[in-house]
Amino acid sequence: MTGDRSRLTMILLMAPLLIWLTALIFIPHAEMFLVSMREKVGVRQYEFGFANYATFFNEPLYWNTFVRTALMSVAATALTLVIGFPVAYYIAKMTRGRSKTILFLLCLIPFWVSELVRTYGWMILLRESGLFSGLLQYVGLASQPIEFLYNDAAIMVGLVYTSMLFMVVPLVTTLDSLDDSMIEAGYDLGGTGVSIWREIVIPHAMPGIVSGCIVVFMLSLGNYLTPILLGGKDSLWFTGLIYTQFITRFNWEQGAAFGFLLLALSSFIVWAGLKLSGQTLSRTMGR
Amino acid sequence: MAEATADLECRGINKDFGTFRAVNDVSFAVPPGTFFSILGPSGCGKTTLLRMAAGFLEPTSGDLLIKGRSMLNVPPNKRPVSMVFQHLALFPMMDVAANIGFGLRRRGEPREDIARKVDAVLARVGLPDVGSRRIEQLSGGQKQRIAIARCMVLEPDVLLLDEPLGALDLKLREHMKVELKQLQSEFNTTFVYITHDQSEALVMSDQIAVMNHGVFEQVGGARELYYDPKTAFVAGFVGDSNRFSGTIESIRGGKLKARTPSGFAMTGTSAADGLSKGDSVDIFVRPEAVRLALSKPPVSKLANATAGTVDSILFNGANSRVLVRDEATKNEIDVAIPQTGEFAGLKRGDKVYIGWDADQTRCFAAGKS
Ligand SMILES: Nc1ncnc2c1ncn2[C@@H]1O[C@H](COP(=O)(O)OP(=O)(O)O)[C@@H](O)[C@H]1O
Ligand SMILES: [Mg+2]
Repeated sequence: MTGDRSRLTMILLMAPLLIWLTALIFIPHAEMFLVSMREKVGVRQYEFGFANYATFFNEPLYWNTFVRTALMSVAATALTLVIGFPVAYYIAKMTRGRSKTILFLLCLIPFWVSELVRTYGWMILLRESGLFSGLLQYVGLASQPIEFLYNDAAIMVGLVYTSMLFMVVPLVTTLDSLDDSMIEAGYDLGGTGVSIWREIVIPHAMPGIVSGCIVVFMLSLGNYLTPILLGGKDSLWFTGLIYTQFITRFNWEQGAAFGFLLLALSSFIVWAGLKLSGQTLSRTMGR
Repeated sequence: MAEATADLECRGINKDFGTFRAVNDVSFAVPPGTFFSILGPSGCGKTTLLRMAAGFLEPTSGDLLIKGRSMLNVPPNKRPVSMVFQHLALFPMMDVAANIGFGLRRRGEPREDIARKVDAVLARVGLPDVGSRRIEQLSGGQKQRIAIARCMVLEPDVLLLDEPLGALDLKLREHMKVELKQLQSEFNTTFVYITHDQSEALVMSDQIAVMNHGVFEQVGGARELYYDPKTAFVAGFVGDSNRFSGTIESIRGGKLKARTPSGFAMTGTSAADGLSKGDSVDIFVRPEAVRLALSKPPVSKLANATAGTVDSILFNGANSRVLVRDEATKNEIDVAIPQTGEFAGLKRGDKVYIGWDADQTRCFAAGKS
């Protein structure tokens, strides 16, 4: 009797989560998977098969873009980590009280405007008639307008900028929990800055590093606006291909297959990252 | 103080935080092999002083020497001292052996040497088999010993300890007191130990410095501080005391007579020079210096004799006390109960006679501390 009651309570408590998972994650993905497995054989005629996936592997543009997106996302994640770590260390360990809050808010400010406006900000700075170009001409370092936009570096700048907060927040949280006396003990025992970072600070921050990297990587991989706006029409970002299939070509079958490949890719890279760093998902996300 | 070069010496050390002076003109020397304690209430500047010795803070002025070599501008990782932190600061991301080997690895010693030294020091602290354990698997007392082993494996000239027993429960603390002292004599290294707990300092130390408001009040052995305090603060802080205030009516040589606000004329000894007639004094009498009697004759010959009623009895085995409401001074006087059986039947409301000698009545100029 009581067993049944507690089971019922359990089910009721879990219901919102289950509904959410089913309605928003499971059903769309199952539907998408089924769509991706449909081969078009004629007008409104479909057969079950792997043709859409075969198209992907047979067309170099597709899988080149796929690999390129993955590599650029990994690079953007690494760059965000390299820039974000000292920032987070500074916020967590070098500042106190008010200045800490202010620095934290400064990281947050870019997120008060929409991604579109944020990216447009970078376009104002980087375009041919933009601020940087003008400045370089003004100081005489350039004789004619320079286009900074529409290349990989511009995409990288945009991705890193967009992701920074999601790296800094988990890092600050883990670094905050590192007792200052731990670092002092390192020095006291003869350690130098480098060895203390390598043996104490980074191992302690590992869960934060991994969770930050996972989030940043997924955000970069799935980003659409930034690569298109800063990289131009030919930015060759995989989400762009998916968009084209869905919206321009009405080829839902192909788009769904691409979507699934992207899902597989991000799952694989996150899994590989966890394996390489010796962390588990529950340990990094459960903090 | 000693013929040999002191292991640690401070010369007129000051430390200011803004306008606040946390450590004020402190000078002392610690001879090799000494267990030296710095005892003082919380916030008196002990940690600040220790952190200057470790190199985490630079003195505002003054000089600090280790084995005769000035340590000013020498960074912490280049000083021949090690520190046991208040919360030990063991590295949870490493196992015990890696913790202890940390400093040796920094020195670039060969792997086999490190492993051998780690095993040796673990054996010396009595934990030979814990090398592969993780820090969180250790008990409080074991962590303590590992923290000390991690420092001692580097063979420092001086080991600095910042209230390392503070986080332990009472029973373990009592045990670790003895053990720390044993470890110190085993390693035969100079320990500089800071604490706010006088019993820790009294039990373990060869030398104790009593610190208050950034100043060293007195440096000496445990007995010296207890029986011959030089300042009112030391008299009040080290051990228990009954405390009276009074005004000097007559003074000759070291002997003086002081009148308490209630009109009692107290005969005492001046513990410091420079007291004169009319000065206000603080008067200290230890509970065990007060003679307790059920009739008048045994106390009537003492310089200060009075009578009172028992307010309460604080039974604590051999350290039992009785609080006597004194008729003459109107004070509540803390008296140690002699363990002769004579007072076994003492109860609240009983009339008792108490008295104490002039030698045991120490008078200090009032107003300090
Ligand atoms: N970094 C600092 N800045 C300002 N004041 C400090 C600092 N460190 C310590 N103090 C002050 O110096 C005094 C002594 O502190 P501390 O040495 O930690 O005392 P203790 O260890 O004896 O309890 C305290 O009043 C404390 O507030
Ligand atoms: Mg302290």
